[in-house]
Amino acid sequence: MEINNIKNEIGMTLIVKTVTRLTVGLILLYGIYLIFNGHSSPGGGFAGGVIIALSFIHIMLAFGKDMALKKLTVPFARVMISAGALIFLSVAMLGFTKGAFFLNTLFRYKMPFNLFSEGSIPLYEVAIGLMVGGALFLMFVTLVLMQKVDRDLEKRRK
Amino acid sequence: MDMIEIHLLLVFMIIAAVVAVRVKDLLSSVVAVGAAGLGLSMAFLVLKAPDLAITQLVVEILCLIILIRATIKKDLPFSTSGRWVFNTMATLSFLAIFLGFAYFSLKNLPRFGDAIMRVSGTYLEQGYSKTGAPNIVSAIILDFRGYDTLGEVTVLFTAAIGVLAVMRRIGRRKAQGGDK
Repeated sequence: MEINNIKNEIGMTLIVKTVTRLTVGLILLYGIYLIFNGHSSPGGGFAGGVIIALSFIHIMLAFGKDMALKKLTVPFARVMISAGALIFLSVAMLGFTKGAFFLNTLFRYKMPFNLFSEGSIPLYEVAIGLMVGGALFLMFVTLVLMQKVDRDLEKRRK
Repeated sequence: MDMIEIHLLLVFMIIAAVVAVRVKDLLSSVVAVGAAGLGLSMAFLVLKAPDLAITQLVVEILCLIILIRATIKKDLPFSTSGRWVFNTMATLSFLAIFLGFAYFSLKNLPRFGDAIMRVSGTYLEQGYSKTGAPNIVSAIILDFRGYDTLGEVTVLFTAAIGVLAVMRRIGRRKAQGGDK
């Protein structure tokens, strides 16, 4: 596993790399926990998605651009965005089988505080989480890459 | 009265916002904006809205990282040119007009925490039995107000597609080699 290669020259210092290596998995797990428990406790798809994006941004800040893009590639982030939007829309359109848009058709029995027991709400949360995670990570990557290209262009003009 | 925390947090946020505008260094300004966002998150927490507090805190961290990453390399100078008499007079007159209108319009608002719309009471009463979600915020934004969330998802999807279009152009220019 290349994330253990903390003596790599790219990125921040050894302390930051070690702390990142120890904590980034927990941050990702907390984001997934927030997404899957958004219907029964505080949290939700948006906050969980932002935390997932932040865990990969954490890798990018500590280990450099290449390591983060190896962990979460740009095509996979695009798939995350598209899949999130499509899952949200398809679950919303499932209500047409009962006659109305956004009808909670999967809600049949009440088992509060259980995973996947509140009808279609956890599916919405998963869709929003996927989309927010992919979109915010891609926006950050784009900002960093654009800045780098701008600086290269300026250097070449001089 | 337990509104004293809210007032303290509001004063803290106003001070942080003023510092963010007035300070010369761009990085200090970004940090002050982050302090204002942290105060907003704590205000949500005091008002017993942990969903909003989590979201605000996390988005504030992300915005702070993006702003620092975007501004720490290029230290843009502030335009502190003349005409400060005109600027100060314009600001003061705008403030006077705004406060005058706010005094007349805010007098008719309902009291704090005293909702005037009856639909929120219906949501609170029937949220669990209609949707089965114990978290009432999820029940409202994903079931009763699903159209709003659909619009939000559409906005985010469009923003991501726009960002991807920008990145694709730059990647192509970079692949061609050179600034054509």
